[in-house]
Amino acid sequence: MTNDGFGRPVLDILQLVIYGIVLGCILSLGAIGVSLTFGILRFANFAHGDLMTIGAYLGWTLVQLAVPFWISLPVACVGTLAVTFAVDWLVYRHLRRRAPVILLISSFGIALILRSLIQLVWGSDQLVYRQGIQVPMRFVGLTIKPDQIVIVVGAVLLVVALHLFLQHTKTGKAMRAMADNVDLAKISGINTERVVLWTWGLGAIMACAAGMFLGLDTQLNPTMGWNILLSVFAAAILGGIGSPYGAIAGGLVIGLASELSTLVISPAYKAAVAFAILVGMLIVRPEGLFGGR
Amino acid sequence: MAGWINYGVFFLTLAGIYAILALGLNIQWGYAGMLNIGVGAFFAVGAYTSAIVTVAPSDTFLGGFNAPIFIGAILAMGVSGVLAFVVGLITVPLRSDYLAIATIGIAEIVRLVLKNEAWLTNGVRGIAGIPKPLNWLGNSPWIVLGVVAVALVFVFWASDRAYRAPWGRVLRGIREDESATLAAGKNVLSFRLQAFVLGAMMMGLAGAVYAHFVGFISPEAFQPEFATFIVWVMLIAGGSGNTRGAVLGAFVIWGLWSGTELLTNMLPIAWVTRGSALRLLLIGVLLQVILLTRPEGILPERSPKPISPKRGQRIQK
Repeated sequence: MTNDGFGRPVLDILQLVIYGIVLGCILSLGAIGVSLTFGILRFANFAHGDLMTIGAYLGWTLVQLAVPFWISLPVACVGTLAVTFAVDWLVYRHLRRRAPVILLISSFGIALILRSLIQLVWGSDQLVYRQGIQVPMRFVGLTIKPDQIVIVVGAVLLVVALHLFLQHTKTGKAMRAMADNVDLAKISGINTERVVLWTWGLGAIMACAAGMFLGLDTQLNPTMGWNILLSVFAAAILGGIGSPYGAIAGGLVIGLASELSTLVISPAYKAAVAFAILVGMLIVRPEGLFGGR
Repeated sequence: MAGWINYGVFFLTLAGIYAILALGLNIQWGYAGMLNIGVGAFFAVGAYTSAIVTVAPSDTFLGGFNAPIFIGAILAMGVSGVLAFVVGLITVPLRSDYLAIATIGIAEIVRLVLKNEAWLTNGVRGIAGIPKPLNWLGNSPWIVLGVVAVALVFVFWASDRAYRAPWGRVLRGIREDESATLAAGKNVLSFRLQAFVLGAMMMGLAGAVYAHFVGFISPEAFQPEFATFIVWVMLIAGGSGNTRGAVLGAFVIWGLWSGTELLTNMLPIAWVTRGSALRLLLIGVLLQVILLTRPEGILPERSPKPISPKRGQRIQK
């Protein structure tokens, strides 16, 4: 496989680009949720990673019941939605009038509650969606797993759906208005409570999909969401926090950079690459590539 | 009976170490309103610094240098402080959310370095044989408790003094109204950075004390749940901004944590492994209940009294 037109290093790089796009899709979906909540509710939701984990585990249970992956995904999203609304109704709703940092601290606690619940229900062992090794597809010396195609296609469909929603529905427009200026949105008669619920809803759906895709790409464990949270935040900040479109670009950049970095540094430090980009961004251009808040 | 006394000494020692951590966080969050979600990073850096400096020479990792423990503790504070200074330089000018995100980044990187850089930290095998403090006096757990108590009293005194000093007043000013404090001619960024570094140094000291108390450290000991999250719950429960509250919170929450451990150990065997998750769940719920019903904590912050009217009148005369 070394000599089909490309040299080995080029093939290595292209292979990593494929991995990077897959990881980037997962990060983008997570970062969209973080960015939306930040834009509307003005706080960095530290529980978002664990929301991804919840989605992944709900999906796992369905897949174990022999439900096809494509049907498990929307059903698990409904479950994640229910968890999100429950948390908002029980806790966040009452804290919204206080300083946003209080919400941040609260979300840190919610993250831990969700993780403990996962450990109580599903245990702490590694789980996989399906046993056995998938036969990878060969493509001029590059290998692509069918799961990776599922992830990329799924992410693209979700992003297109989100775009249509934000641009063409009344609620989507109200969300963008609220992200721009809360007071102005209120004066224009936008029902802010409803917009908040929609924000949580969209964030939860994206998080659930990101979690299930992450589980499909690697494995499930109770800390999977917390471990990827830093990269998700880095993606959201890189794209300009508060801007869902920026989050998509940020996710792809972080995903590609993390995978390509393994050419020069130990793969153990993938997460550190996301952090290095984050820090560099905070120094040079804190408002993000596309100017968020 | 002896078993209970030993357990009590063990409990108080750990609670005292947590109290130092909570006081460090109190400087950062309670005084200056800075979110540090990476307490565990500074704690771990302190523990590893002191351990590497004080253990007997080893072939597998850098160190040890057989240095006295107080040198280890001072270096622990120094290295944690330098780390905080570097992080602070970048993040202090930014909004608080970014500081929070940057601190989880630091925590993550410190965890990765501890795990992967075996030449420095002996990797996942950890560092064993860390000397106990004052071991020429004997090997009694009371001695360690005494050392923790001295460290706690020192940190408590320093925090309390700092709170009442003009320095603390400026920090409270920044926390309440940054632009007003800036308008009053204070260098907001410099004060914030000082608070961040000072708090991190206290966390480093707590790490050093912890390392010499347990005698063995590995990356597993610095999970965010126990090194960061529980410290936050302690401070919020006790009353952020109040030094006495921070210490009280540490003892109350550590008491609850240890008490529930006794309870979950009575569960059927199949459930014991999940007991830890159940206890974390309870602590997490407790944090939400405090935030919702008594956000000021058990002992709310009380700013020092203004100058008494008597003195004020004298000035008028």
